[in-house]
Amino acid sequence: MKHSVKEERGSVVVSFAGEVDLEHSPKAREILLEHVGRRRRVLVDLSEVDYIDSSGIASLVEAFQKAKKTGVGFALAAPNPAALRVLELARLDRVFRIFATVEEGLDAGG
Amino acid sequence: MAGPDGTGPLELRFPARPDELRGMRDALRERLRAWQLDEECASDVVMAVDEACQNVIRHAYRGEPGGVIELEVRCAGDELQIAVRDFAPPVDPARIRPRPLDELRPGGLGTHLIRSTMDHTEFVKPPSGRGNLLRMVKRFARRGAAGA
Repeated sequence: MKHSVKEERGSVVVSFAGEVDLEHSPKAREILLEHVGRRRRVLVDLSEVDYIDSSGIASLVEAFQKAKKTGVGFALAAPNPAALRVLELARLDRVFRIFATVEEGLDAGG
Repeated sequence: MAGPDGTGPLELRFPARPDELRGMRDALRERLRAWQLDEECASDVVMAVDEACQNVIRHAYRGEPGGVIELEVRCAGDELQIAVRDFAPPVDPARIRPRPLDELRPGGLGTHLIRSTMDHTEFVKPPSGRGNLLRMVKRFARRGAAGA
């Protein structure tokens, strides 16, 4: 798993790439919680994520909950069909705000 | 013995560690491709097996090093027969039952993902009596088949 972070139009875009699995999800969790803790809107770019498992999803849930508690915006962008399927099976597609593209996610922020 | 498609069952034995799962997934994906599973079905199978191995690492061996997982995946007609075996103390299956999804909290999702993608799952007593054995069955469609 690789990741990168950039700030754009008032949002922090955290992009993951590769496999967010049991080996790498602790790192993903740490990165997400760190950025949510900075009280800036976080947009998680999943476009380059080939695989995400329940532990990766749990990292997203935990960051989402922390964001909600502290009034910070949190959304997902551009999951591939496999990632979207896992979110749907977990019935989290109705919990997270999910945008088709990073661009759309940025437009909706502020 | 070779299977109907010229490939026998996939048999893997590997350390029960998070960093071993990627290699397992790659080997499994490759074999499912040889068996011509359609892409979506193959993704579901890889995820379910991965989640089953995670349950072994987390709940059976409880993160302790030195554990081993044995995976066997057999293709019989239009059915995959999957066995995930460990050698840890027996786990009470009630401990890893799926949680109610309306409780939004991290964790506990793996078993739900397994049950919602497999046609059948059951814990059986391993032949030698030691450890845990999870059997799963997945009926599948082949790539390019009608309706796929």
